Amino acid sequence: MAGKTLYDKLWDDHVVKQREDGTALIYIDRQLLHEVTSPQAFEGLRLAGRKPWRIDANIATPDHNVPTTDRSGPIADEVSRIQVQTLDDNCDEFGILEFKMQDHRQGIVHVVGPEQGATLPGMTIVCGDSHTATHGAFGALAHGIGTSEVEHVLATQCLIQKKMKSMLVRVDGELGPGVTAKDVVLAIIAKIGTAGGTGYAIEFGGSVIRGLSMEGRMTVCNMAIEAGARAGMIAVDEKTIAYFEGRPYSPQGDDWEKAVAYWQTLQSDDDAEFDAVVVLDGSQIKPQVSWGTSPEMVVAIDEALPDPDRESDPVKAEGMRRAYEYMGLKPGITMSDVVPDRVFIGSCTNSRIEDLRAAAAIARGRKVSPKVKQAMVVPGSGLVKSQAEKEGLDKIFVEAGFEWREPGCSMCLAMNADRLGDGEHCASTSNRNFEGRQGYGGRTHLVSPAMAAAAAIAGHFIDVRDMA
Amino acid sequence: MEKFTQFEGIVAPLDRANVDTDLIIPKQFLKSIKRTGFGPNLFDELRYLDEGQPGQDCSHRPINPDFVLNRPRYKGASVLLARRNFGCGSSREHAPWALTDFGFRAVLAPSFADIFFNNSFKNGLLPIVLDEKIIDELFQQVAANEGYSLTIDLETQHIIKPDGSRIEFDVDPFRKHCLLEGLDDIGITLQDAELIKAYEARRKANSPWLFDVIK
Ligand code: SF4
Repeated sequence: MAGKTLYDKLWDDHVVKQREDGTALIYIDRQLLHEVTSPQAFEGLRLAGRKPWRIDANIATPDHNVPTTDRSGPIADEVSRIQVQTLDDNCDEFGILEFKMQDHRQGIVHVVGPEQGATLPGMTIVCGDSHTATHGAFGALAHGIGTSEVEHVLATQCLIQKKMKSMLVRVDGELGPGVTAKDVVLAIIAKIGTAGGTGYAIEFGGSVIRGLSMEGRMTVCNMAIEAGARAGMIAVDEKTIAYFEGRPYSPQGDDWEKAVAYWQTLQSDDDAEFDAVVVLDGSQIKPQVSWGTSPEMVVAIDEALPDPDRESDPVKAEGMRRAYEYMGLKPGITMSDVVPDRVFIGSCTNSRIEDLRAAAAIARGRKVSPKVKQAMVVPGSGLVKSQAEKEGLDKIFVEAGFEWREPGCSMCLAMNADRLGDGEHCASTSNRNFEGRQGYGGRTHLVSPAMAAAAAIAGHFIDVRDMA
Repeated sequence: MEKFTQFEGIVAPLDRANVDTDLIIPKQFLKSIKRTGFGPNLFDELRYLDEGQPGQDCSHRPINPDFVLNRPRYKGASVLLARRNFGCGSSREHAPWALTDFGFRAVLAPSFADIFFNNSFKNGLLPIVLDEKIIDELFQQVAANEGYSLTIDLETQHIIKPDGSRIEFDVDPFRKHCLLEGLDDIGITLQDAELIKAYEARRKANSPWLFDVIK
């Protein structure tokens, strides 16, 4: 019999009941909550007269609606204010731990969870947010759910799930200088397409993935959903274990030893079989930029934009034409012909300390181009922010002409006041370039933090390897 | 949830692939703390010529006459015909909420994004996966026949065309059962409360660090 994949192991450890119809009741160890997808779930609980099954399995923080400027007063937008207030009220009512807007631990849920040790290897983790796959970087089974399921987990600590198929995405070789985790995941999505991972749980492996820091691994798993997969995961190794040493909610004392012994088993067996295997050569990956309105519409920085007339699939060709029209771009140009009106460094994909260091390394001693209207850096959490300030990164950014903001989702989806104007191009370290995502009529180009900083300085997209 | 049995409805065609959840319901409307009222903002950026705001009365906004749902012939449509990878993007359940609030009860497409697919069943919206060829034919037939309607019969898992011919479709037995009976998942799961408690006790014994830490 073939060995088990990491996904098999995580799955098997959490089956409460296997049902005849092929679904299973799966136990959930941790639920992360934020203000956008939880109010209707709490309301549902109340209407049914139910109580949360296990309070200590939940942790909450507001992130999507919070302002990233001065927070001394209430949130100016009334609808946003009510939504954040509703989260506060629900957490207070049910006794759930919440890092409120003024708390220095507040931030984007997917940054806060690991940072606190509230995300741990071997866990099942859910959140009413599709980027929950981020937490799979630690050898956890983590995926996004809808609001009905948030309520289901609150009420039962379980989910009804059907086991997904398994896919191994292996990135071999070594990355060249200036090429980051973000470029790796964009290259993966460009290769398998935004629906390539639909129905699969993806395990990322190979020497390139093992060589990434935990921050880099989170960036890769974060965008599993952009490849269509609800869950992305990476095997536990020494880096994973080292990451959790001394985190507030990490196991302590004897428990730590026991936990580590268990975590060390969280890899796919050598003879495990996957339903699909995709292989990329890491040494061939260049800095990537998205040109269109889907995360698979990506080119290397020195590559010409593709011609829809040469696309054999008519549905795809039509999608490309629509994207060109929306983005105001033409086939054949390269991305270095494009000027970003705004630059956004942040989001659950790229707002961790390592991301800020990479951007600051480019910004140091340089100035944001006058062609760029605004360049902003939004740390992923209050703790990332204070760490960056300790390292003096905030000064580097401010001196270069970047705005240094308070933590939150910000311009990743523009639910707060940070957004693009109609027709504006943005060099963004976020994860989605859908129409209108960063503001009505806004045009998003997904890049790594270093590439975003480089675009801000140069006043057009540029190969970061030419700037070092 | 209301029981889902058989219904007949006008088909509206949305001829584009990778329709994402931002397109189905843009983020500014996610600020609502309710489950209802999203219908007027379904496909907001395609349907109107201006930028929509939450809480606004949509009846006075400039309509995009080219958008398919605005054409009189599709008024009252309850079946949405779509292309591959429908519902990709975020986990927002506001997407099926907006579709059902508008009046849709079924979406036919060659493929769906996983989370959207799952969310739909929880809200009485039936996503049906059909062969790309069948979808192509339906697009042609809808375009050629004003008032084109389909009958969707969940019990027998058939779509019945105006000429009486039938298309069979697959549906997960558990989800079908829940839809037909209008069952609430939570109630079903809680029937297994003893099993959940037993699992939890074992987990607490072998992984105590997962319990009582976050308070
Ligand atoms: S940063 Fe963006 S993608 Fe991440 S949780 Fe916030 S809105 Fe979603």
